Amino acid sequence: MSPSESSPRSVQLVPRRRSDAPFFIVMGGISACFVLLIVLLVAADLAFTSFAEFRSALAKPEIQAAFRLTLLSCTVAALLSVFIATPLGYLLSRYRFPGRFVIDTIVDIPIVLPPLVLGLSLLILFHLPIGSRGWELESWLRDEVGFQVTYRWPAVILAQFTVACAFAVRTMGVTFDQINPRAEHVARTLGCSRAQAFLRIALPQASRGMIAAFTIAWARALGEFGPILVFAGATRMRTEVLSTSVFLELSVGQLDAAVAVSLLMVCMAVVVLLVLRWLGTGLTT
Amino acid sequence: MIGIVDATIHAGNFSLNNFSIEVQRGEYAVLMGQTGCGKTSILEAICGLRKIHSGKIYIQGTDVTNFPPGDRNLGYVPQDLALFPMLTVQKHLEFAMKIRKVASSIIADRTRYMSDVLGIDHLLSRRVQGLSGGESQRVALGRALAFEPSVLLLDEPLSALDEKTREEMQSLLLTIKQTTGVTTLHVTHNAKEAESLADRHFRIENGSIVS
Repeated sequence: MSPSESSPRSVQLVPRRRSDAPFFIVMGGISACFVLLIVLLVAADLAFTSFAEFRSALAKPEIQAAFRLTLLSCTVAALLSVFIATPLGYLLSRYRFPGRFVIDTIVDIPIVLPPLVLGLSLLILFHLPIGSRGWELESWLRDEVGFQVTYRWPAVILAQFTVACAFAVRTMGVTFDQINPRAEHVARTLGCSRAQAFLRIALPQASRGMIAAFTIAWARALGEFGPILVFAGATRMRTEVLSTSVFLELSVGQLDAAVAVSLLMVCMAVVVLLVLRWLGTGLTT
Repeated sequence: MIGIVDATIHAGNFSLNNFSIEVQRGEYAVLMGQTGCGKTSILEAICGLRKIHSGKIYIQGTDVTNFPPGDRNLGYVPQDLALFPMLTVQKHLEFAMKIRKVASSIIADRTRYMSDVLGIDHLLSRRVQGLSGGESQRVALGRALAFEPSVLLLDEPLSALDEKTREEMQSLLLTIKQTTGVTTLHVTHNAKEAESLADRHFRIENGSIVS
């Protein structure tokens, strides 16, 4: 046998002329459907209103008050959410304890519950008579503490917080899942208590996750409507947030104003997303 | 000294039953055995990161079985190093001393001394991302030794290094052994490494420990 016969069959290498274009056309085409839908939604809003109408709607004192309350309530609800979600997300991520599954499921309830049901549940919680003397949380807060909740601004924040916090807990859980617990273990061998290991090692690594949780909570709070309507009402200048404004303007046939407020909400959401994304990239993990 | 008396550890699908280990003060002991036989579990039990089913653990003659990890006064270098991603090299060296509220002048002296011994003084201001394998290993060793623990636990400290760095680290471990005299338990599966460093050998065979 000659060497050429024993060696593997020599083949002339020719590139197979297969284009990647169909791949990108199909994948890009499918992806574009969703992006296009969102762009068209905003474009339609823009086309429907004019700048003058936009300005005159925003000049209304009711809408300006709603804008201020929205900014304030969303920020407070998001801060509270991150404050609660950070320890809760950490405990759920790091420890296996009896009842963990139950707590994990309870956290998801506000996400799956219909918004109106959530509002109704909050209302019932604050007005349920307890015991033979009919003790009621709302009456106690109003008469003893001097802090009325239902149909006031605290109800707006509580309604926003209830849903926003659930999303923040999920985000913080994933954040801590992605942080290697070994560094905290080593910190404990070096003299840290569990609390010190959390504060000095885990928390600084979670800063990006906390910003993400704040963003998600803020965005959820901005879009909240059903629970606010039921629990806080829709009183102009008092419990009106921008999502309520859209509803109130629509209900009195002011479509132009409703669209103008909607556009304002789009702008706010975009600004918050961009600012927080910029803040997030400034941090190194 | 390090003493494990009649201990039983259950971990995953294996258990080590009623074993004992004793390393005298200042001794350098090497614990060998195949991958997955429980070497790391023994170190974690000494650290207090893993509960033992029964038995006692002694460090410097004190029964530390129920002590939290931070009160056992030991330095631990895990196999994955687990450096702190947000801290600089200098902060790593200072970490255990700051937790113990050591005076800042002593912290500065110890940090300078450790970085000098380990040859990492040029890295002090850097974060740990981007350090080479050998450099990371030195930082982990410095973090574990800077507060002068009575015991040093090393989990396969040379396994992920290239040959040249491995030799450098091996001679560094010899230097540390001679200068600090810290009681050391070093886990490895490399016989050559064990031969050049150890005063005392232990081996895990079929779920029990032979010395």
